[in-house]
Amino acid sequence: MSASARSQTIDISLTVNGRPVQASVEPRLSLLDFLREELDLTGAKKGCNRGECGTCTVLVDGRRVNSCLVLAASASNHEVVTVEGLAKDGELHPVQQAFIEADALQCGFCTSGQIISAVACIEEGHAGSTEEIREWMSGNLCRCSCYPQIAEAVEMAARRMEADNA
Amino acid sequence: MHNFVYERANSADNAMDLGHRDGAAILAGGTELLNWMRIGIESPDLLVDIRDLGHLDRIEEIEGGLRIGALCRLNDVACHPAIKRDFPVLSSAILQSASAQLRNLATIGGNPLQRVRCPYFREETVNACNKRHAGSGCAAYEGHNERMAIFGWTPECVAVQPSDPAVAFAALDAVVIVQSTDGTRRIPMREFHVLPDEDPSAHSVLGRGELITGIEISTPAPHSAYLKVRERQSYEYALVSAAVTLDLDGETIRNARIALGSVAMRPWRLLATEDLLVGKRLGSKDIAEAVDAGFAEARALSGNAYKITLARNAALRAIELASEN
Ligand SMILES: Cc1cc2nc3c(=O)[nH]c(=O)nc-3n(C[C@H](O)[C@H](O)[C@H](O)COP(=O)(O)OP(=O)(O)OC[C@H]3O[C@@H](n4cnc5c(N)ncnc54)[C@H](O)[C@@H]3O)c2cc1C
Ligand code: FES
Ligand code: FES
Repeated sequence: MSASARSQTIDISLTVNGRPVQASVEPRLSLLDFLREELDLTGAKKGCNRGECGTCTVLVDGRRVNSCLVLAASASNHEVVTVEGLAKDGELHPVQQAFIEADALQCGFCTSGQIISAVACIEEGHAGSTEEIREWMSGNLCRCSCYPQIAEAVEMAARRMEADNA
Repeated sequence: MHNFVYERANSADNAMDLGHRDGAAILAGGTELLNWMRIGIESPDLLVDIRDLGHLDRIEEIEGGLRIGALCRLNDVACHPAIKRDFPVLSSAILQSASAQLRNLATIGGNPLQRVRCPYFREETVNACNKRHAGSGCAAYEGHNERMAIFGWTPECVAVQPSDPAVAFAALDAVVIVQSTDGTRRIPMREFHVLPDEDPSAHSVLGRGELITGIEISTPAPHSAYLKVRERQSYEYALVSAAVTLDLDGETIRNARIALGSVAMRPWRLLATEDLLVGKRLGSKDIAEAVDAGFAEARALSGNAYKITLARNAALRAIELASEN
């Protein structure tokens, strides 16, 4: 490794949950580690660190991505939303509320990734039926296998959000 | 992950220039490269992030077809109206790849550059894998080879190319557009990956400092389909897959193109089958005979004879699906 590789730090500036953030990071720092270790936003979890489990899902510019596969440096100038940024004025997001009502979790490890992914899934228009939800939520694994309840929660939230927007 | 220098390229020229340096690697979506760096498959000293090359992030109409910019994200390609309408085989292959959130990161240019999923290749400590250490052998040849190749393998490498979109592109006779400081090369997707008889350690024909700028597809293929057979219904690599495009005159096949996925180190066109299908009626027994002819050169390893049957049936079923589209 060259000496410059050891010493490079990169100044980044991004928005996290609506708040502007500036930082100086090592090139190899992932967005996930940046959120968890530097910003103390531990909602996004590190399940596999290989893009396989979906527990680290966050929104970047409104689109869901695996934050373990994004470098913090690449996220500069972008807008990030984590599960901590969903509730507004002390009121839960409809997807969060639906997860509680549908009992869509056991251990809860996958839940913040599921919820962020579900918010995007509904926004993309991929929550039309249970099958469609199962397909478009397949990137979020649940070791407790709450899949039926998760699909039910997504559907419940989608229908409520449609009714609210009607 | 060992540390590296990070640069954002501000033009294609800049990317080629930086990408040509010793120890440099291009970073697109990062969904393969960052994992390789964690496992130790690659350890670049310089990452050249090409995310700001906005002109590579578009789908453009060209004479008689489309040019898909290398940086287009998989979901955006699959959901593009012209691709859904004219190239359903591609849209379907993409939507059956990876997961919704990975497809928001993964780029269409990076996709065919993904490497084999062979467990020996992906191990953190490697014993024998010619793709990890040229000359070290192939542990899969006599080891766990249930998911390995049935076409074009040699004892030096039995792995398969796992990309789904590349299979659709091969059936569509797509062309990969590659730029370097030496100029532009146009490489048919069918020739983009390297079979082990040529070089068991190689992945693709792309050289250092070469930048994929886009992939071109021409003649629309509305009667086309992609069938992916896998152990889970979603979010899983293929055991085998089949991409088919048909040019039909009523119930008669004027022309057919068939590419199989996850059966060889490159998408495998069934050329003998394609020749025999010309003039045949859909639903006739000639179809199965033609498909069988394409499998004459299939060879099983110790643990994967089932893949020959599976791939044959997948090809047959994909022909039906394409005719229904
Ligand atoms: C859990 C998981 C499941 C997956 N399942 C599937 C699946 O079912 N089917 C499937 O097809 N794929 C699957 N993939 C693979 C995924 O589609 C690829 O990783 C992705 O398409 C690679 O694109 P990228 O932009 O992220 O590439 P990167 O990781 O950024 O780059 C990959 C390689 O390509 C090079 N590169 C990238 N762009 C260019 C360019 N424009 N010019 C020159 N070189 C370039 C890089 O230098 C690197 O060597 C899966 C991946 C994961 C992590
Ligand atoms: S931690 Fe990112 S996908 Fe598992
Ligand atoms: S609730 Fe335990 S992993 Fe999903």
